[in-house]
Amino acid sequence: MALLEIKNLSVAFATHGGEVRAVEGVDLTVDEGQVLGIVGESGSGKSVSSLAVMGLVAANGRVTADRMSFAGHDLMKLGPRQRRGITGRDVAMIFQEPMTSLNPCFTVGFQLTEGLRTHLGGSRQELRRRAVELLDQVGIPDPDTRLGAFPHQLSGGMCQRVMIAMAIACNPRLLIADEPTTALDVTIQRQILELLLDLQRKRGMALILITHNMGVVAETAHRVAVMYAGQVVEERPAAELFRHPRHPYTAALLEALPERSAGQRRLPAIPGMVPGLGDRPEGCLFNPRCGRVRDVCRAARPPLLPTDGGAVRCLLPLGAA
Amino acid sequence: MVAALAPKTGAAGDVVIEAVDLKRHYDIRRGLFRGHATVRAVDGISFVLAAGRTLAIVGESGSGKSTLARVVTLIEPPSGGTLKLMGREPFSGDATAQRELRRAVQMVFQDPYGSLNPRRKVGAILEEPLIINTPMKAAERRKRALAMLAAVNLRPEHYNRYPHMFSGGQRQRIAIARALMLNPRLVVADEPVSALDISIQAQVLNLMMDLQEQFNLAYLFISHDLSVVRHIANDVLVMYLGRPVEHGPKELLFTQPRHPYTMALLAATPRVDPGQRIDPQIVKGELPSPLNPPKGCAFHTRCPFAQDRCKVDVPALRTVDGRLTACHFAEQIAG
Repeated sequence: MALLEIKNLSVAFATHGGEVRAVEGVDLTVDEGQVLGIVGESGSGKSVSSLAVMGLVAANGRVTADRMSFAGHDLMKLGPRQRRGITGRDVAMIFQEPMTSLNPCFTVGFQLTEGLRTHLGGSRQELRRRAVELLDQVGIPDPDTRLGAFPHQLSGGMCQRVMIAMAIACNPRLLIADEPTTALDVTIQRQILELLLDLQRKRGMALILITHNMGVVAETAHRVAVMYAGQVVEERPAAELFRHPRHPYTAALLEALPERSAGQRRLPAIPGMVPGLGDRPEGCLFNPRCGRVRDVCRAARPPLLPTDGGAVRCLLPLGAA
Repeated sequence: MVAALAPKTGAAGDVVIEAVDLKRHYDIRRGLFRGHATVRAVDGISFVLAAGRTLAIVGESGSGKSTLARVVTLIEPPSGGTLKLMGREPFSGDATAQRELRRAVQMVFQDPYGSLNPRRKVGAILEEPLIINTPMKAAERRKRALAMLAAVNLRPEHYNRYPHMFSGGQRQRIAIARALMLNPRLVVADEPVSALDISIQAQVLNLMMDLQEQFNLAYLFISHDLSVVRHIANDVLVMYLGRPVEHGPKELLFTQPRHPYTMALLAATPRVDPGQRIDPQIVKGELPSPLNPPKGCAFHTRCPFAQDRCKVDVPALRTVDGRLTACHFAEQIAG
């Protein structure tokens, strides 16, 4: 059974210029122990979708979904108190900026035990012992003294390890990592990714990895969802998606990578830019930038159509027989 | 229009930067009783960069890349070594020469949201360097700004807009246009595409390569993204704690690295295609504090090949297989 199941999720924000839709009709499923990668450019709605799962969308946002269930609980129907019992405990999240996600006024130990105290309780000694154990698990040397350290005394990589320790403190069944390595050096990025995957495997935890880095997703995820302008445009097993993309946007993104154009002088860039929240085009959202566009693409939004091993939101997908 | 904009200054192959044993040290007071410490942010970097070529500087944060950029752009004087730009010494004490050289060296920064003044229109941003450095009349300046907008693929109506009306990729084009207003010979680009989305990154990289060809520019390209470096650079200089560890032609460094740190950086870079992945021999730990760098080879604390000798002897930069490398065991560790 799916651990997290989302059907037709939309998030709209009320602004002065009227209501804008950041996320439009997103379907996502994550099974127990699965790694799902969500890739997309800025403004594609990948972060907002995950905030909706956590119940962290800002007050002017309106979340609607046909279904949003986690381990049998219908998240749309739960009251705020019950919902808080799930988020932070069974579903945890880590964010992009490790340095700013931690509160600079409190020690690492205090922030680490805060969630434990709220969700699981226990005596001070127990909490402290558990905190040391967690820091040790995320590979922080000398955890006993590090409990008393303030965030500014740690490097970016160390702060991200602390964030991961906080996220796994209550043994979550699903961890959402939103650009967990974007602010870090490649060497530290590699260490953090290995740590996340190691924890995921050992604990049988499901992991949603949100990133704009195609390489990171290709090396870690089982399944990949590509988002564009608030919609999922392709969702398939990782290896197949990277080998034979079906959606023209996925294909164009992969071609624009310098890695794929070795020896070529010019990179095949995608013309134009991602449409803003207020100026979404008619028909397929990608049609103004698509090289394969036909009249049908401009008429109506294409639905998410089943394809080999997944789904694609394109009337004229690549590689179709 | 573009041809009229900037006559090619100097022939291809002219040396633009010549740096010999460049150093930049900072003295740091560590409190009342603890005395001074010296941070050797850049410690003995030498390179030559010719017109029309791109040298990439690669390394983790804290390796001294940006300090090197500050010295080359004449923001800070070097603490040692010599720097020559177009054959002239900017720090010889001749103020006129330094002013002239400053015009020939321009910079593009990482964050296009922070590097453009939000209160000024694009036209004013582009014309400011002309007002400061040339006697041009307003009409002439406007003509040049419009021509430069066209050169970076922006439209004339953008002249009267404010930076907040542009996307990240367009802002970076404006920043590039501003850098080119004075016909520089050298552009120092500090992570110019790392804040941009993939599709936009490709557009900006293409633009930078086109402009380089048109204006015969030399690029000092600072980046931590090795796939971008592999695309744009001719030569690569890898730095670790202010010291050069490997320096040579791009293809050699990417296909046959001879320093463990270069290998580690390559292995850590995530790849889309499984065939291109290198066995990730994870580098242990993090960059040591520049206040107290390790003895011997600075990389020995994280190096998977470290021997006893590495803890004592500082490896000299020497030629191995057509590139310079600073490793005692460069011959043995060929990957």
